[in-house]
Amino acid sequence: MQHIISVLVENKFGVLARVSGLFSGRGFNIDSLSVGPTLDPTTSMMTIVTAGDDRIIEQITKQLNKLVDVIRVVDLTDKEYVERETALIKIHAQDEDRGEALRIADIFRARIVDSTPNTYTIEITGDSKKIGAILNLLKPLGIKEFICTGRIAIAREEARVAAVREEGAPASVKDRRSSLA
Amino acid sequence: MKLSGAQILIECLRREGVKVVFGYPGGVNLPIFDVLYDEKEIEFILCRHEQGGGHMAEGYARATGKPGVLLVTSGPGATNTVTAIVDAYMDSTPMVIITGQVPTHLIGNDAFQEADVVGITRPCTKYNMLVKDVNDLAQALKEAFYIAASGRPGPVLVDLPKDVLLAKTEFKYPETVSVRSYSPILKGNRWQIKQAAEEISKARKPVIYAGGGVLHSGAWQELLDLAEMTHIPVTLTVMGLGAFPGQHPLFLGMLGMHGTYCANMAMHDADLIIAVGSRFDDRVTGKTSLFAPNARIVHIDIDPTSIHKNIKVHVPIVGDVKIVLRELNTILRTSGVGSMTPFREWIDQIAGWKREHPLSYNQGDSLLKPQYVIEKIYEMTHGNAIVTTDVGQHQMWAAQYYMFNRPRTFINSGGLGTMGYGLPAAIGAQMANRDSLVVCIAGDGSVVMNIQELATAVAYNLQVKVAIINNKYLGMVRQWQQLFYNGRYSSSFMGDSPDFVKLSEAFGAVGLRATKVGEVEGVLEEAFRVTTPVVIDFQVDPYENCYPMIPAGAGHNEMVFEDPENIGKKSPVKEEAAEGVLTA
Ligand SMILES: Cc1ncc(C[n+]2csc(CCOP(=O)(O)OP(=O)(O)O)c2C)c(N)n1
Ligand SMILES: [Mg+2]
Repeated sequence: MQHIISVLVENKFGVLARVSGLFSGRGFNIDSLSVGPTLDPTTSMMTIVTAGDDRIIEQITKQLNKLVDVIRVVDLTDKEYVERETALIKIHAQDEDRGEALRIADIFRARIVDSTPNTYTIEITGDSKKIGAILNLLKPLGIKEFICTGRIAIAREEARVAAVREEGAPASVKDRRSSLA
Repeated sequence: MKLSGAQILIECLRREGVKVVFGYPGGVNLPIFDVLYDEKEIEFILCRHEQGGGHMAEGYARATGKPGVLLVTSGPGATNTVTAIVDAYMDSTPMVIITGQVPTHLIGNDAFQEADVVGITRPCTKYNMLVKDVNDLAQALKEAFYIAASGRPGPVLVDLPKDVLLAKTEFKYPETVSVRSYSPILKGNRWQIKQAAEEISKARKPVIYAGGGVLHSGAWQELLDLAEMTHIPVTLTVMGLGAFPGQHPLFLGMLGMHGTYCANMAMHDADLIIAVGSRFDDRVTGKTSLFAPNARIVHIDIDPTSIHKNIKVHVPIVGDVKIVLRELNTILRTSGVGSMTPFREWIDQIAGWKREHPLSYNQGDSLLKPQYVIEKIYEMTHGNAIVTTDVGQHQMWAAQYYMFNRPRTFINSGGLGTMGYGLPAAIGAQMANRDSLVVCIAGDGSVVMNIQELATAVAYNLQVKVAIINNKYLGMVRQWQQLFYNGRYSSSFMGDSPDFVKLSEAFGAVGLRATKVGEVEGVLEEAFRVTTPVVIDFQVDPYENCYPMIPAGAGHNEMVFEDPENIGKKSPVKEEAAEGVLTA
């Protein structure tokens, strides 16, 4: 089953390599991964879309947590969350196709962000379904290029920690104040 | 006062209580060696190959429980350590590796002796870092030691560019350390521990399966208390040997692929398995679908990822083994479970298994048997030596026939299975215990992989005793070829070279040889008497196989005890060569 996991990490050199290396080294899938800054300049937020059975997802969240630079892991899958991705779609658009393209964009509340005599570039934001749907409609016009950010997601209520597992190890909370003389 | 990066490094090592550093110099770490030249408190051991230095640091760490420290140069110096780093990672050995790096302005330029060491070691260190500013150095080192030694221990690498070593700054030692994204869980969940006590009170056929985590957390007394209070028998993994007294009546011996019959049968038949600081490795479980079909499982481990990784367990407890066992013991004691009568029937059943298939071999009066040599070493050291091994049949025989009385006295490469581990690890262990007897039980194939470290042993007069179980073969490979490849001994024959006695003498060590049963005691006496490093070439039966054995993919109750009859003992191809060896 597909899971969407958000991972708060230290904004340090090499962290992305640690995370992606973990996935490749242990044979876990990454369907998409996006990284960006947070309000705190010392951290970054990753959204990882992955797939696997319960045992694999449990390993993924635990292994992510085990990485020293990972601050928090939340598996959003079982909760209410909002997800978005943004796509830029460059299509062939000449003559009457231009009107058709505009109509399709309008239906999806997409925007034309660039236009040349032969092309339009359409920007669309939504979940994967919506992007899939507009692609289907645009296909007959001829898609020249397509690029997509990958999914980002945010929990609707305050995010509970991923799996406070039965062993009592909050698989994902780490005490920020822990210290050792 | 301002100090250079190199001076700060040494000052930090001192404050961490480091007594010994192993390593090798080179262009970019010379500033550190220049500081070491005047250093009085820290002893530097010059290995002969950085891999050897790495295993020395591991041997030191396993003998003391403190991080071993390795200092090498950039590029080839650093890449030579990778095997040792992976080895330490697999066996959770605390280690701090300091690598020199080309100056920061050259990083990424394919400079002379540049290698992306942080990139190369990212998947095989617990943590690693490149320090680009001398002002961050002390903090980085503090974190390195903290991360290496806490939680589930492991190797941490710090990469230090030459300009950082030369740059000067005001030295401020960070007295405390805190890493916001890292805090191991030490105290187990109380409710879960109560569940474990509950399981114990209900069990009829319980067994404790303990591993290296008991040694890392220093929990051998708590383990002994638990076993003696509840009368639950104990089996240990190869990494756990020494965590429970080898001669204790409740001890079943090692479990797993070459474990004892009674340990594996007890695991197979158990209704409760209490896993303590062990991780259900495939060499332990055999085929997981056949593993312990009737058992409830309690799993105590500091690493949450170990739990449910290979085997689904019923009562998972994340925490430091010592802390958790203390609490469990208290609950058992106060609830009266501790004073339970022994599990009579279960103990009898286990005793039956012990009688049915004890560890056995047949010395006879011709060829020297490897097991006999190890038993003699055990007898003559009364189970009190620190024993290291290489990897192969001899390693398993050492694990089977040497009864370890004390913790941290069996040092071997369990997870990675690194040939060539034994000699340098023995040197490291000897550095930690200058007055103890350290014996390396080596393989003739393995030992040459790091034989150069004999020079190190001689140079520092570290009196390690290397007992080579010389079967002229990559014995474990030969055994598999005999059992699973119709005796086609493809590239597993090692033959007569080198002459280990002459080789040892060339290094300045004492070389001895025994080829007959009657010679074993004499050479061991001589070896333990002299106060120099000694190598003994024990020429043993090349065709002795290591039993019992669970063939890969089989269950615990499917052990094999002797050579199957339909398998020829000698390969027709190599017979001639092997005969030549025997008469040599
Ligand atoms: C570095 C390395 N290469 C290859 C192996 C695979 N291997 C495992 S045991 C073994 C044979 C070891 O031979 P020896 O040291 O003579 O020990 P014996 O089995 O004969 O006691 C080999 C080649 C390994 N474990 N490590
Ligand atoms: Mg051999």
